[in-house]
Amino acid sequence: MGSDLILFGLFAAVAVMGSLAVIGQKNPIYSVLALILSFFGLSGLYVLLEAPFVAVVQIIIYAGAIMVLFLFVVMLLNVPREDAAEWDRTHPYYRPAPAVLGSALAAATLGLLAWAFSRTPGLGAGVADARPAASSVGQLGRVLFTDYMFAFEVTSILILIAMVGAVALARKREQ
Amino acid sequence: MPIGYYLALSGVLFAIGAAGVFLRRNLITLLLSVEIMLNAVNLSFVAFGRQQGSVDGQIITFFVMTVAAAEAAVGLALVIALFRHRESLNPEAFTSLKW
Repeated sequence: MGSDLILFGLFAAVAVMGSLAVIGQKNPIYSVLALILSFFGLSGLYVLLEAPFVAVVQIIIYAGAIMVLFLFVVMLLNVPREDAAEWDRTHPYYRPAPAVLGSALAAATLGLLAWAFSRTPGLGAGVADARPAASSVGQLGRVLFTDYMFAFEVTSILILIAMVGAVALARKREQ
Repeated sequence: MPIGYYLALSGVLFAIGAAGVFLRRNLITLLLSVEIMLNAVNLSFVAFGRQQGSVDGQIITFFVMTVAAAEAAVGLALVIALFRHRESLNPEAFTSLKW
């Protein structure tokens, strides 16, 4: 139990620090690398939740494939130079109305979330106390190809459409 | 481990992603922030699935990952097309339709 808490704290810190670095960086390449770090933290959390297959998929698909796609685009466009002063000056945050309204909405959302969190019962229940873990690849595959068969097939069409769309959008126009 | 810890962490990550979408002025960073939010929700799904002892949470996580991949592919293609058009990734540069 004690070591679980330490590992949770470690992985959670990695995930949160990585995510903060993503939105704190001016250079998009560093943002992408920080997000990969954050994904490793999340992957560790999935292992703690006894979902090893999700943890592996998180690394292989997310950190390995999707983030490489992002890196390719960042390097293809070659825009690490972010004209910080000009961009900051044009930021809507510095106009008074969006600043006030946005801050008020953010504070209200935070208050509502804290209120809901404090009133939800069962949050102290151990995540692994009640039921044994169901996480083997066999179990996953059986449910995926029976109960979720339709969603799985629709997903393949979604990927096909996304692929055609990406090619069509990124293609150079004929003059 | 109480499930509340996982939900709180998920909420914190989602808030970071939302803040990134609102505060950053770089189309690529905006897409990365969306990925952070999707992952925060994935964490909730897996934690609830573990508590219920079912595989449904993990399977929905796979679907979310698939949608994230499709979204990243189309989003980045749009970013490339926009960059060719204006030589900028600042969303403020794309306001031709703004009245």
